[in-house]
Amino acid sequence: MKNKLILSGCVIIAVLILLAIFAPLISPYSPEKIDVENILSSPNRAHILGTDSLGRDLFSRMVYGTRVSLQVGLVAVGVSLTIGLLFGSLAGYCGGRVDNLIMRFVDIMLCFPSFFLLLTMVAFLKATIFNIMLIIGLTSWMGIARLVRAEVLSIKEKDFVRYASSMGLSNFKIVAKHILPNALPPVLVAAVLGMGGAILTESALSFLGLGVQPPTPSWGNILMEGKSVIDIGWWLTLFPGLAILITVLGYNLLGEGIRATRCTLHATG
Amino acid sequence: MFPYFLKRILNLIPVFLGITIISFAIIHLAPGKPSYLQGMDPRISAEAREQLVKLYNLDKPICVQYLNWLKRLVKLDFGNSFTDGRRVSTRIKERLPITLLINILAMGVIIAFALPIGIISALKPGGLFDKWTTFFVFIGFSLPGFWLALLLMLFLGIKLNWLPISGIRSFNYAQLSFWGRGLDLAKHLILPISVAAFGGLAGFSRYVRGNMVNVLAQDYIRAAYAQGISKKTIICKYAFKNALLPLITILGLSIPGLIGGSVIFESIFAIPGMGRLFYNSTMARDYPVIMGILVIGAALTLLGNLLADLCYAWADPRIRYN
Repeated sequence: MKNKLILSGCVIIAVLILLAIFAPLISPYSPEKIDVENILSSPNRAHILGTDSLGRDLFSRMVYGTRVSLQVGLVAVGVSLTIGLLFGSLAGYCGGRVDNLIMRFVDIMLCFPSFFLLLTMVAFLKATIFNIMLIIGLTSWMGIARLVRAEVLSIKEKDFVRYASSMGLSNFKIVAKHILPNALPPVLVAAVLGMGGAILTESALSFLGLGVQPPTPSWGNILMEGKSVIDIGWWLTLFPGLAILITVLGYNLLGEGIRATRCTLHATG
Repeated sequence: MFPYFLKRILNLIPVFLGITIISFAIIHLAPGKPSYLQGMDPRISAEAREQLVKLYNLDKPICVQYLNWLKRLVKLDFGNSFTDGRRVSTRIKERLPITLLINILAMGVIIAFALPIGIISALKPGGLFDKWTTFFVFIGFSLPGFWLALLLMLFLGIKLNWLPISGIRSFNYAQLSFWGRGLDLAKHLILPISVAAFGGLAGFSRYVRGNMVNVLAQDYIRAAYAQGISKKTIICKYAFKNALLPLITILGLSIPGLIGGSVIFESIFAIPGMGRLFYNSTMARDYPVIMGILVIGAALTLLGNLLADLCYAWADPRIRYN
């Protein structure tokens, strides 16, 4: 069962990565090529997923959109992982006042409805792809920080850590070399699930017109453009949404698969 | 109960101060610090800039700025909107009730559906019902809420023409009878509420299932079985109550997600609520309104969490006395 989860997740993600890398080879048209002869044509042999209101080929645009989504997942999670690991291990290892201060900060950040925080930051910064990824990362590290803290708290009492500190290892080395590697598996699960979450967030932002800006194609902004012609061009709403669903499903399957494997490992070993 | 209540209230103060500090920091996050007003956004008029300088005392030292801002904040004075010049607090006040209504109803829907789904699938883990719900939970976690809204709009609204797809009132609202108005409002709210509830439903039914499975494995349940108490009594009377307890906290924690989600469904369904106001303000870079909603959104979350904690303490004495 869990191997099936991991396998199907991996297959979905691998296909997406291939699509992203070989986008110029796979897409039959340029994603930004306007074709006034073929405005809003429904899926047919020349345009397998149809065209949008500027006559651009939907399939080609979606293939290029894969690049944005995968990139957002990676970079946003990279940012939240960095902050979460730093704060979580500091809080867990130092304890006391540092722990109190950091965890209060986490509590406060969790009080902001995340989408409000996102939109506020978008309003103050320019909506470039990089900024969007940064902002998503900056507003989603709290869960990882809590997780890392809990792991560090339980690991730092183990004998091998006590041994390492009695050998006079520096605090930094103890945390980086002995504690964090052991705390990593659950963090990995959170990171994989976080990638799916980040992709969902980016698509919602782009759908609202506040994320990736046209003409750069992203699944979210294709949906935004499709909304205005929803009664004629159903394909502009159906396919990009399906792409988001399948992608996020891929990450979720992989994440849950890893989690399930870990649980059985703990139970049997 | 009262000492616990007092303690929780006192705990809120630093968190609330933290919220204001972070909100204040975000104002200053814009590149170039106080001088960010120059040429930051061409859509802001010179007059509006002047107003912003005055509102935040941008010509004074930073701690003075913060204290002044905090003083106004306590009086709910967020200044005037850039777009129409009206007070921010008035604008938010008109928009808040419909957003709260939809969120509270959505929460009701989540509870009404998630409880039976979670409990039935917990009775037979790995059974047919459990497998299907697991499948749907996976889909639910991965489905973009706004896409679901679009699909529902397309099928139920446009293709079948069963439900209205925008606003909260029909054009002939004024001529309708009392019941007609209620029905009209209900019809307009069905889609937004289902979309708002959907996001929480998957997660919540998972939690119910998890809690119920844990409780059913406890010794006291086995003891009850051994005494020959009927399965129905055990599940409804003994297991259900204990499985329900931790859910109060989860419900409290889901508030920010719900409120945040209102931006999306309110702008899709053109509902004149706080989320749509926020969206429009973001598009227009109407900073006083943005800051007002950000702080109020956080304060609402804080209030919701407090309420959840108090409910928990009321339901579970162990919390109160520890």
